[in-house]
Amino acid sequence: MTFDYRQAGLRQDEYRAIQDRIGRTPTEEELRILGVMWSEHCSYKSTRSLLSTFPVRGDHVLQGPGENAGVVDIGDGLGAAFKVESHNHPSAVAPYQGAATGVGGIIRDVLAMGARPVASMDGLCFGDPDSRSVQLLADGIIRGVGGYGNAVGVPTVGGKTIWDESYTGNPLVNAMCVGLVPLDEIVSSKTARPGHIAVLVGSATGRDGIAGAAFASAELSENTSKNRPQVQIGDPFVEKLLIECCLELQRDGLIVSMQDMGAAGIVSSSSEIAAKSGVGIVIDADSVPLREKDMNLWEIALSESQERMLLIIEPPDLEKVAEKARKWDLECAAIGKVTEDGYFRMSAGGETPVNLPADMVGGGSPEIKWPSAKPEATEDSGETLPAHPPLPHNLNDLVLRMTASPRFCDRSWVFKQYDHMVQTNTVVPPGNPVSVLRIRGRDTLLAITMDTHPWYCSLDPAEGGSETLLRALRPQWVAGAEPLGMTDCLNFPSPENPRNFRVLSECVRGLARAASDMDCPVVSGNVSLYNESPRGGILPTPLVGVVGSITDQASLLRSGTTQAGDIVFVVGNDRNGLAASGYMLEAHHRLSGKPPAYDPERERYFRRNAMATATEGAARSGRAVACGGLLMTLVRECVASGTGMHLDAMPSGDLERVLFGEGDAAAVYAVPQHMEKRFCEIWADYPVTRLGSACGERLVMGDFLDLSTGSLVEAWKG
Amino acid sequence: MTHIARIYVSLKEGVLDTQGKAVAHSLQRLGHDSLKDARIGRYIQLRIDAPDTDEARTRADAMCRELLVNDLIEEYTMELEPCE
Amino acid sequence: MRASVVVFPGSNCDRDVMDSLAEVLGITPQPVWHDDETLPEEPGLVVLPGGFSYGDYLRCGAMAARARIMKDVRRHAADGGLVLGICNGFQVLTESRLLPGAILGNRSRRFICSDCTVRVEADDTPFTSCYEKGQVLSMPIAHHEGLFFLPPDQLDELETSGQVVFRYCCPDGSLSDRCNPNGALRHIAGVRNAGGNVLGLMPHPERASESILGSQDGAPMWRSVAKWMNGGVSS
Repeated sequence: MTFDYRQAGLRQDEYRAIQDRIGRTPTEEELRILGVMWSEHCSYKSTRSLLSTFPVRGDHVLQGPGENAGVVDIGDGLGAAFKVESHNHPSAVAPYQGAATGVGGIIRDVLAMGARPVASMDGLCFGDPDSRSVQLLADGIIRGVGGYGNAVGVPTVGGKTIWDESYTGNPLVNAMCVGLVPLDEIVSSKTARPGHIAVLVGSATGRDGIAGAAFASAELSENTSKNRPQVQIGDPFVEKLLIECCLELQRDGLIVSMQDMGAAGIVSSSSEIAAKSGVGIVIDADSVPLREKDMNLWEIALSESQERMLLIIEPPDLEKVAEKARKWDLECAAIGKVTEDGYFRMSAGGETPVNLPADMVGGGSPEIKWPSAKPEATEDSGETLPAHPPLPHNLNDLVLRMTASPRFCDRSWVFKQYDHMVQTNTVVPPGNPVSVLRIRGRDTLLAITMDTHPWYCSLDPAEGGSETLLRALRPQWVAGAEPLGMTDCLNFPSPENPRNFRVLSECVRGLARAASDMDCPVVSGNVSLYNESPRGGILPTPLVGVVGSITDQASLLRSGTTQAGDIVFVVGNDRNGLAASGYMLEAHHRLSGKPPAYDPERERYFRRNAMATATEGAARSGRAVACGGLLMTLVRECVASGTGMHLDAMPSGDLERVLFGEGDAAAVYAVPQHMEKRFCEIWADYPVTRLGSACGERLVMGDFLDLSTGSLVEAWKG
Repeated sequence: MTHIARIYVSLKEGVLDTQGKAVAHSLQRLGHDSLKDARIGRYIQLRIDAPDTDEARTRADAMCRELLVNDLIEEYTMELEPCE
Repeated sequence: MRASVVVFPGSNCDRDVMDSLAEVLGITPQPVWHDDETLPEEPGLVVLPGGFSYGDYLRCGAMAARARIMKDVRRHAADGGLVLGICNGFQVLTESRLLPGAILGNRSRRFICSDCTVRVEADDTPFTSCYEKGQVLSMPIAHHEGLFFLPPDQLDELETSGQVVFRYCCPDGSLSDRCNPNGALRHIAGVRNAGGNVLGLMPHPERASESILGSQDGAPMWRSVAKWMNGGVSS
């Protein structure tokens, strides 16, 4: 019985394209392989032209999108390699392992650049926080992130955790990893040459995740339990051995090129190296160390068994590589050879049923141009904010309720389950707006942020795309960090719905323009589409991770360090708005209106002044205004510093908007009295309000708020 | 001859079994009033070459002593039989 | 002074310990491979670092305790040499029976990484002479299994022989279940052997040895060892 292309998940036009390109009928093995490699998850066929609109070049960019991870120059001869990747569908089905293997996979991507992984961050989006099944899912995912990250010895230094109904049934797990590599040791995938050999190092190959990449591209059906065999199982112990082994091999100069074996394992890693290097490769399935019996060629080709790397080496080095693998107790086998002919071939039992042009396997899928349609105008997309109960005169109860809500409360119950100190580089730990690492032997500090704003994106996708990046940039500037580059994960529902595709395009447009205007190019990223369950699609959720550098420890401005006697200022905050604010969502459960307009000029003023404030030491503590607006930002500062505040001056304007509006380049600063003059000079060209001063043990604002810091801390800790 | 040893390792009386306690509570919350307590242990299966069952048991006991069981806090029982 | 840091498969904190010793004392510690037959000549302080040796499989530290190098580590300890086990290293020492007790899973059954305060119970060991008895130290923990256990009568013996070296405490030095992160019996965070030359503790001194990391309370431990090894005998 012949195998049908549809069984491999291919579309008719794709099948035709294959026939046209190779001039014959493809074999079953070829169809299965292309079915996976041309799936959305592997090929980005729905989003390639959108992604090409991202700015990818910059003064500090050493490696843009297209490699295992992007790399930026952080000075002193060091590069930071980083990327974020999604593991959404597996985490819905098997939360612990889905999250764990997500962490493991992105670590290997960074390792493949020759970098030592030094930090992880995780973006987690969960459904209704009151739902028992969501709580169990969240618990499993968080334990999976910690279980893997802690054992593998990479500190999880921060992240972002949000809740929204739309993620019920379709949680999001976006795992980011940052690694450090000396500039002259960055590994490229363009360096394979005919005569080199391909070596597999790591775990034996089994049937894990067979066709998992295709699974990631399909929507979750009612019977997800049937999908269990496709979930991969991670072993962080072996990953740790793999990291040390590969870094030792690299130090010994034995690695010509390296690829992580992620989605579609052997096929994707070997065909990718071949295509990028402009050569061919032939893989012998019989030489792959297996841990299951009777695996056939396409199973071996597509297996997603974890903790495996593909190395390209010079033939005389094979024994040294094998010896190193033996030292670390890892499987090591020569599984293929690099050839001249530009073809990707796979053989088994004396036959070679796979013979495809290498660039066709990874990059040949025809792009799909989904139609795009503007959404109908609904009452939710109007300019004005709909009617809602007015602000009560006394805000004490409201603030305590908001502080205690999942949206605002303490996340230490999450990050205390993560070792955030291993490698002894963590200078500013999780729970702060920016995570900061020191680099041993150097003055430079590394700053990492991660953010997402699906609610802005759902009201105005372009504004939302821009604001998403700005939320990750503003805290960097306040901390005195210069952002060097970003990585993005685009989590969206099905692109086959024209309205969804339009939202996706607009979010990308918003993200791209902000990246360009703010000099923060995209160096790597990931796309996860078809995030829908029977309950419906998720909110549009572009997520970004930004890596920046701080010149030295003296230039770092922390948050949560306000001291009694400091003067409290807010800068900006008058071009904000209430639509999709944490306040409107939490207090009034309304997601409607129009977010404030993107204003790059304004952001640049803010950036310049914020960085000057930090480098000159003109403030004791700084915190960008974010979720919950000015009021919740002040609450967070009081809770973190333990100091109260007496604030009797308010910026002018409608009080509700002043206190809870978001979307502007704004920040709260605590300024020591002797620096007040300098601070005001720095911010002379920007709106500034002197709110009052830090003192005592209460947060008092005007005549509408009077709460002890103790009660705020209690509410925050839950 | 190949033998299968099935080893059940459990915590000694008097050693805190937090897992067992948590599991018992969960079961009771699900309505199993009949449950008095639960103890969680470890199951280890070994296939050992030995001329006879006694020798197989001696070898398995040695493995338990040397690595598999921490006799300060754990004890074990073993079932042993020849297999194909 | 010299120091050797054993590296097991899965150890994560070996480089941290070596960097910390280098930073505080200006020495160059040597890494020692788990499968080596012997320690280097003049190993000095032998450190078993934190991490997840052998993935924490079977029991934490169980397989590392049976690694080839441990025979020589035992000999070094029997000869009066200094051995320090941190976190997973502490687990290896109890599994090796170089220290009494066993380390069980945290009472909360969750991994916990957090700043922590411990009280110095004994300042008469080679590791703690630069501290004062009763001193409260800030030293972080990061573990899933940190609950020190001994049957009650053996615990009493441990106490009376002065072998308890650190206890989890509140910032003001008082003892309370509230300030005990893992449920360790008698709030025990670190113990020494009868001879006083082997110490194990769950908190990480190498993570509290530089001001940039938030606490320097771990540095005096290295200085105590240096003092002892340079002939400055503690009382």
